[in-house]
Amino acid sequence: MLQVFDIIGPIMIGPSSSHTAGAVRIGKYARSILGTEPVKARIRFSGSFAKTYKGHGTDKAVIAGILGMDTDDARIRNSTEIAKESGLDFTFVEENIDGAHPNTAEITLTDAKGKVTLVQGASVGGGNIVINKINDTNVSITGKSDTLIIPHDDVPGMIAVVTNILAEKNVNIHGFSLARDHKGGTAVMTIEIDGDIDASVNQAILENPHIHASTILKAI
Amino acid sequence: MKYDSLAELVAAAEANGEPLSALVLRDQAEIAEKTEEELFKTMERSLQVMKESMQEGLDPVKRSASGLTGGDAYKMQQAVKSGKNICGKIFGEAMVKALSVSQTNACMGRIVASPTAGSCGILPSAILTIGEERNLSDKELTMALFTASAVGMVIANKASIAGAAGGCQAECGAASAMAAAALVELCGGTPKMCEHACAIALKNILGLVCDPVAGLVEIPCIKRNAGGVANAFVAAELALAGIESAIPADEVIVVMKQIGDTMSPALKETAEGGLACTPTGKKLCEKVFGC
Repeated sequence: MLQVFDIIGPIMIGPSSSHTAGAVRIGKYARSILGTEPVKARIRFSGSFAKTYKGHGTDKAVIAGILGMDTDDARIRNSTEIAKESGLDFTFVEENIDGAHPNTAEITLTDAKGKVTLVQGASVGGGNIVINKINDTNVSITGKSDTLIIPHDDVPGMIAVVTNILAEKNVNIHGFSLARDHKGGTAVMTIEIDGDIDASVNQAILENPHIHASTILKAI
Repeated sequence: MKYDSLAELVAAAEANGEPLSALVLRDQAEIAEKTEEELFKTMERSLQVMKESMQEGLDPVKRSASGLTGGDAYKMQQAVKSGKNICGKIFGEAMVKALSVSQTNACMGRIVASPTAGSCGILPSAILTIGEERNLSDKELTMALFTASAVGMVIANKASIAGAAGGCQAECGAASAMAAAALVELCGGTPKMCEHACAIALKNILGLVCDPVAGLVEIPCIKRNAGGVANAFVAAELALAGIESAIPADEVIVVMKQIGDTMSPALKETAEGGLACTPTGKKLCEKVFGC
């Protein structure tokens, strides 16, 4: 249901809620999913993003998000200079992604230890986004509520392990999806929850040896 | 409350003998499970950002990210300062502010989407102009934003506030209607007058297409913000004089949606029709994107 601040708001850096504010959010999510400080970023723009990114400042917006800025941060327009100063090496590529939403960015981040994460997201209007791919796995994350992302071995019982912990901590799940790259490979659980979630939940989840990581993405 | 009928909101406010803003603030606080003070504070922050967003666009030489626009708010300001502009101080000031906020947006400055980034100059310009003219307090201006947002919610619920769905009539039209209602309340008009002002503002902009050159929020968007705030003042002035809209606001909103639905996709933010496809529009697009 609409509320007042859906009409008066968001407070944002212009010029476009989809091509600027949404792009910041995709960049910021990519950073959270990597979970460490990125030193290298390769951004692939597809569709309308590829055609118009210069005029809308979509390039600066994505970099700002990767640097951890919010949609109303006045430094967005200088983000590429800030990235260079802080040692983030970035490149932009205009290359269509088959079947992707017209406003799509694919971001590949590398941290100092060489860890690589690929995140693909679409800006679907009014600053709203959907993250639809993490590495080789299809996901669907809107960022409207706190979301847990858990890559793990594709073995029996993993859903039960995680959801039991959430039940014990009295956390309510309102969205759940699971996808894997191949049988017996890596699967990714995406769990959307009500309210806030604290780090102790993550600790408990990480104790299982089949779980590779557990990341809490805060609502944006 | 469901915010699907302006007439119902007006009836509820009039039954309580209160302005629309008081009713909306109370109701929204209840829905968000927050106090009225908390909601008011958040809205006050938006008012502050609106004020700040007037400044950057006034720069005489600064250009937008695409290089297509810049400097018009300054020119208008000079015209008003000279005292020779034809519409007088209030109207002139309103145009300066609308151009300036929109230009700030085009220059990647900080703005409040109200209701969208493309139409972000209209509402701030209307309330800040009347605020200066009549020495109104920030509290009064903040409350007027609740009235404006109620109008925006009804339009969004019954029709749309997105150019891609309803054309410019949905974006600048919604912004004009919201601003008209806010102006009426700030000038002591009744909730019923707010409703008439909304209807008049929307009627005056029905059918306007969204045809941005190169798909950018600049040409003709920036000048349409100046036109939009003028429309808001016209509608508020008529309503405050006791002039009524023959067609009720709720029906105008529905017809705005119907018109938007029948509009060709080429005229709904795709840059495939209208001004975007004029010889000059195409040339400007080529200049920015080289395609």
